[in-house]
Amino acid sequence: MVVMKMKFPFQKRVKLAQGLWLLSWCATVAGATTFTLGCLLKTELRRRAEVMDNTDIHVVPNTLMIVGLASLGINYFASKICQDALDAGRFPRWKNFLKPYFAVSCFFTVLMLLSVIMSYAMKGSLESSLKAGLRNGIRFYKDTDTPGRCFQKQNIDRLQMEFRVLWKQRLQGLICSFSRVKSNVDGRYLVDGVPFSCCNPRSPRPCIQYHLTNNSAHYNYDYLTEELNIYLRGCREALVHYYMGLMNTIGAGVLSIFILQGSVLVSLRFLQTAMEAVAGKENTEIETEGYLLEKGVKDTIMEYLDPVLKFFLLKNGGKVEEGAAADKPAAVP
Amino acid sequence: MSVGKVTFTKVEREKLAEVLWLLNWISVVTGAILLGMGLFLKMEIQKWQEVMSEQGVLYVPHMLITTGLAACGINFLGGKICLDCADTNKFLRWKLVMMPYVICTFFFTACILAGALMCYNIRSELEESLFLGLRYSMLYYKDTDTPGRCYLKRMLDLLQIHFQCCGNTGYKDWFQIQWISYRYLDLRSMAVVDRLRNNVEGKFLMDSVPFSCCSPLSPRPCIQQQLNRPLAHFNFDQQSQHLNLWRKGCRQALLDHYTIIMQSISLIVLLIWLFELLVLTGVRYLQTAMENVIRVGDPESESEGWILENSLAETARSNFNIIKNLGKCYQVDNDPNINVPAMIAEQEIHSEQVQVQRTS
Repeated sequence: MVVMKMKFPFQKRVKLAQGLWLLSWCATVAGATTFTLGCLLKTELRRRAEVMDNTDIHVVPNTLMIVGLASLGINYFASKICQDALDAGRFPRWKNFLKPYFAVSCFFTVLMLLSVIMSYAMKGSLESSLKAGLRNGIRFYKDTDTPGRCFQKQNIDRLQMEFRVLWKQRLQGLICSFSRVKSNVDGRYLVDGVPFSCCNPRSPRPCIQYHLTNNSAHYNYDYLTEELNIYLRGCREALVHYYMGLMNTIGAGVLSIFILQGSVLVSLRFLQTAMEAVAGKENTEIETEGYLLEKGVKDTIMEYLDPVLKFFLLKNGGKVEEGAAADKPAAVP
Repeated sequence: MSVGKVTFTKVEREKLAEVLWLLNWISVVTGAILLGMGLFLKMEIQKWQEVMSEQGVLYVPHMLITTGLAACGINFLGGKICLDCADTNKFLRWKLVMMPYVICTFFFTACILAGALMCYNIRSELEESLFLGLRYSMLYYKDTDTPGRCYLKRMLDLLQIHFQCCGNTGYKDWFQIQWISYRYLDLRSMAVVDRLRNNVEGKFLMDSVPFSCCSPLSPRPCIQQQLNRPLAHFNFDQQSQHLNLWRKGCRQALLDHYTIIMQSISLIVLLIWLFELLVLTGVRYLQTAMENVIRVGDPESESEGWILENSLAETARSNFNIIKNLGKCYQVDNDPNINVPAMIAEQEIHSEQVQVQRTS
């Protein structure tokens, strides 16, 4: 049962080859773009690596870079193949190359789609990584004399100023958690104050950093209604928003590149099957049929998986045979 | 005696025309670069224009923008002209335009040089403008409820954070200004009233700075108040004081920022000027060579090209005479169309004068 059969007269084949050549060069540029986008995302994630607990999220830019590089190779070969396709003398030399080529290309194209899905789906992982990372960052904010932690204060201050955020909890949450040093059980010096980097420049009054929950400490001040004094957004929320925005934009771009790459592969498959029907015939300008898959989808997958499985089974089968051969002489006295 | 005389064969003339066509197109690109740099400089100045007392410095980017546009236009035309100059017949079309084109190119090349020198020399004017502008911005820092000044607090805070600076010359400038508005001062409090009374002008002055002066590089939380009394804070030694706030004044920080931009632009503009000079020289040679070919009459022959036909002094003198005589175009004496011998004309004038004397 042939999948997607189409008739290809000579002119249509020529047009297909020309169009495919152009498309494959566009796809090469798109592949380079994917690689660049992967590098960009990785750089951005590394910039804030000190407030992330783990590097799980780095799988997205790593995949994008691998797929970008692979797509450069895939599309380079695609352009070479379609250049030779119309020359009946040169096309047969690609015959043995095409089956593994399509297998590898499909694998990397599916990987591209996976990276797009991951860029949307890894929001939860990013959020939990930032939650743990920021918590540690804030905890070690004061340790400017401890090696390994001395830059945390600087990093958190710069982060808060750049992203216009305050600590990961909202101000209402602070009311519950902060208390004075005398009533604190762990012996830590807690105050209802924030560092200067939480101050909002848009506030019409000079910044109030200390005694935030005490209305009587400041003239004409009510902490429940005061919105402009300090940044109210949490750093975790701001960073997640920033990175998800970046990844969503990149994801949308890579999705369109995936569609382009897919169309290159489909066109190449049609061209290959159409040209194979011409091989051996005297008149190369006859009308031929091109198709996507010779057998059904399931049969084609089994056809590709069989060599891989046989490779592993043969190994096991060989060992079984050797074992049997070894046993036989031993069995015979 | 011509200046820079060179002899051109037909092949050399054609090659010169081709090369100049290419150079003119490159000049269009450099003109676009000039335009881009002018726009960039204008945007950079307008970003922080509230801290500049007057907008006089904007004439530099305007000059660059105008010159860039002129460069694009003139060199686009020049490309067309040079392409046609390879052929004698096509050159005749442009014959009358060539001289004005060369003069225009000369003037706009001079403008490019002027632009480069302006960029280089603007520092002192900018410093004065920034000094006054920052002083006024700091004075009106607290006026967040006055229309026309309400944005100054935010702008100054963002400036200090972005450029890592504090105050005009240093952080102590804030001690001489009341930067806390009366709206947020409890005038019933004795401490506040005392402080207001202690000051001659009735201003609320403190030895404290806004939060935007704080440096994240400090190992301790920022100390903004009682800066003149280090003993008021625990363990506030020399080193802590040094790291606590930004030490640089905003005037110096902004001046450094703009100086770097202007110097880079000035260098690029100088390089563009040298390139334009090259193009101008080539076009002048091509113009004179083609004119001489037409004068000789034989398109295949060799011709001479030069920069100036006579020496510099003679050319200056003849141009001066042309300008002097521009206003005398309607005088009878000099009209070449009237065939009046000079001697008879003088006699007639003399006899008229005598008759007039007799009648009076």
